[in-house]
Amino acid sequence: MAIASGAIVLLILLFLIWETLPILQIIGLARFFNDPAWHPTSEEFNLVPMLWGTLFVTVGSILIATPIGILSAVFCHYYAPKAIANLYRRAIELLAGIPSVVYGFWGLVVLVPIIGRIHPPGPSLLTGILILTLMILPTITLVADASLASVPSEYLRGCASCGLGRWATVRGVVFPAAKSGLITGVILATGRAIGETMAVLMVCGNVVQTPKDIFEPVRTLTANIALEMAYAVGNHRAALFVTGLVLMVMIIALVIAAELLNKGHIYEQ
Amino acid sequence: MKYKTPYPELLSTAIIWAIAASVTGALLWLLSDVFWHGMSQVNWEFLTQSPSNAGREGGIAPIIVSTALIVGVCLVVSIPLGVGTAVLIAEFAANKSILGRLVRLSLDVLAGVPSIVFGLFGNAFFCKTLGMGFSILSGGLTLACMVLPILIRSTQEGFRAVPDDYRRSAAALGVSRIATLWELLLPAAMPGVAVGLLLGLGRAIAETAALIFTSGYVDRMPESLWDSGRSLSVHIYDLAMNVSGGEANAYASALVLVSFLVLINSAISWLAQRFRQSKILVV
Amino acid sequence: MTKQITTNTGNPPSIQTDQLSLFYARKSAFKDVTLSIKSGSITALIGPSGCGKTSFLTCLNRLTELTPNCQISGRILLGDQNLQTLNVISLRRRVGMLFQKPNPFPLSIIRNIEFPLREHGVRNREEIDHIIEVALQDVGLWDEVKDRLKTPALSLSGGQQQRLCLARAIALKPDVLLMDEPCSALDPLSSEVVEDLITKLRLKYTVIVVTHNLAQAKRIADHVAVFWFQDGAGKLIESGSVAQIFESPQHTLTAAYVTGRTG
Repeated sequence: MAIASGAIVLLILLFLIWETLPILQIIGLARFFNDPAWHPTSEEFNLVPMLWGTLFVTVGSILIATPIGILSAVFCHYYAPKAIANLYRRAIELLAGIPSVVYGFWGLVVLVPIIGRIHPPGPSLLTGILILTLMILPTITLVADASLASVPSEYLRGCASCGLGRWATVRGVVFPAAKSGLITGVILATGRAIGETMAVLMVCGNVVQTPKDIFEPVRTLTANIALEMAYAVGNHRAALFVTGLVLMVMIIALVIAAELLNKGHIYEQ
Repeated sequence: MKYKTPYPELLSTAIIWAIAASVTGALLWLLSDVFWHGMSQVNWEFLTQSPSNAGREGGIAPIIVSTALIVGVCLVVSIPLGVGTAVLIAEFAANKSILGRLVRLSLDVLAGVPSIVFGLFGNAFFCKTLGMGFSILSGGLTLACMVLPILIRSTQEGFRAVPDDYRRSAAALGVSRIATLWELLLPAAMPGVAVGLLLGLGRAIAETAALIFTSGYVDRMPESLWDSGRSLSVHIYDLAMNVSGGEANAYASALVLVSFLVLINSAISWLAQRFRQSKILVV
Repeated sequence: MTKQITTNTGNPPSIQTDQLSLFYARKSAFKDVTLSIKSGSITALIGPSGCGKTSFLTCLNRLTELTPNCQISGRILLGDQNLQTLNVISLRRRVGMLFQKPNPFPLSIIRNIEFPLREHGVRNREEIDHIIEVALQDVGLWDEVKDRLKTPALSLSGGQQQRLCLARAIALKPDVLLMDEPCSALDPLSSEVVEDLITKLRLKYTVIVVTHNLAQAKRIADHVAVFWFQDGAGKLIESGSVAQIFESPQHTLTAAYVTGRTG
């Protein structure tokens, strides 16, 4: 049974490769990075703008969501009275439970017009980053919450007995002690940000271009698949599977990075 | 005597409370927006009629049925498989064996696979290779693959929360492994399983990207699991992006979807709480 | 083996509790404890488990405030100041604590001492290095760890960890030290080293030690306070010098306890 569960990954990889093998054999992998543009129906397959799109959206949202998420967990454990902490946890769980399509829809009808008034057109990298921040926040918070909960109370009593305040305790002892858990949360969230489809599809504008500022529309790798899969045939369809394969490679790299990081020493020097 | 709090302490306290307030604010903004706009549309007719005019008018009855069927297929397949795998990994397989490590690594990867890639896989495997076509079955099975790592991982987390002492003292008392599992470990792991269910169910109901190319777009009432069915989330997506003037019904559908989720979330966390308490009191 | 303790040069305060009681929610931990602790002395708190000794100890640095629903009545004087109205952060700097289980932070050895120091406003690198060296020498740890100050503190042995915790406490230049069974989690040899250290703290610090080891109390303490569980709460039944308590106890329970007949 365990093997069956693990084998699903292999099955997914197998199918992605199987679907992409013909196109990779005919035109090679290099053309996905060197072609002049993405016009799959006229055999031009440049994925680079979409790669940038995914990268920018992910990095932007991680940069905002990491401090907010971790401090949210800190709030629950060390700042809020118990009743408020429990309510806040419920709120975060609720945030985690809201479907990405609802985030996307809300972003489309509420955030996009607001951003559009600040700087047209509205559907943009920035909107994507904001929506995605909200979506990956619970992942970071809930994982951080669990790892803060496992910080031994002796440390906390030790800190108190040295006359340390809350923040000093959190920064100096709790963070180092919970480091691997916190990082794991961020890595999970990164994976989620890279893989998120519907919300970014609905608020990012989906123009195939490398954005020059945060108000320009972008298309991510995931959006690329979702937009074109419905009518893609032949090489076009295979090219979309290549996009999926690229996503898979990114995720696998991330998981391996997490493995290596978690193995590293967790003590601050 | 008033005591002086150091400056960084004051600043951090202010920032942390402000963060908590703004996150709560964002959540309330989103929820109240959906509630406000959706409420004026949702009524008995909306829930019991079929959509017409590409969804601009009419209700969502067939869509609710399709969603339930898809999620049902997903859970029926994934719960036993997920909890079973977690038990095997956590309790019976040596953690450091190569097989155990490989399974864990592949689960980590599986947990990170983007839903759209599950969509590609489901499309290629269930729809094409296994010949299920665009169907509720394809969609449900695709979702099952997706939900599996969530279930396994949080069940495992629950097990890990059980101190080794329990296991050792149970073993020392001559309690069998199965009995230990049932009486001590499962109750202790319940919060983990419940969180997994919560996240898994949430993810299944919420999922859109993996369903577009597996269970399809058809908004008629499904007659069997082999029919194509449009899930609520796909319906919202379609109304918002492809149907001009679909916004009102999109809001209404979003309200229904979010209500389902809130309801399920609450029910599960309540259940988990109760189950844990009763077990601990009895044991 | 170790030199005299050099860190602290001040005048340690006396401590006086007056009708001190502590409740956890509705459960009483101890009741009406009136005890005076002499400046610069070592006082041992003895008595059977669950009679409120540790709870009493944690009142003296207000660690009780970490426990929700914890209520104190009565008065504690630290020197001539009311302990309950002092700034809690500076109070805990003045009143250091050593726990039953050594609890170094999951940081490097040097950061364990440096970090609380920095938080209390000591920023000068040379000053910090000096304080760390003196503190580690005072606890006899310097020679053992000076070449690996940057290794994790949790890699030290139990006895070394406990001495590091003591160094961490005395680096803050406290004048009172609270110890909750500081040797009970250590092996006999480490225990002896720590015990030896405690006796060197006499005169420089006011030391209060909770211990279950009567021989240890007899060896290290000047004064002894005996706690007992009576009428649903911990009580102080007798206090006095070591000689008084061990040789001519007034209370029958004390007599029975110190001769090993009960408790």
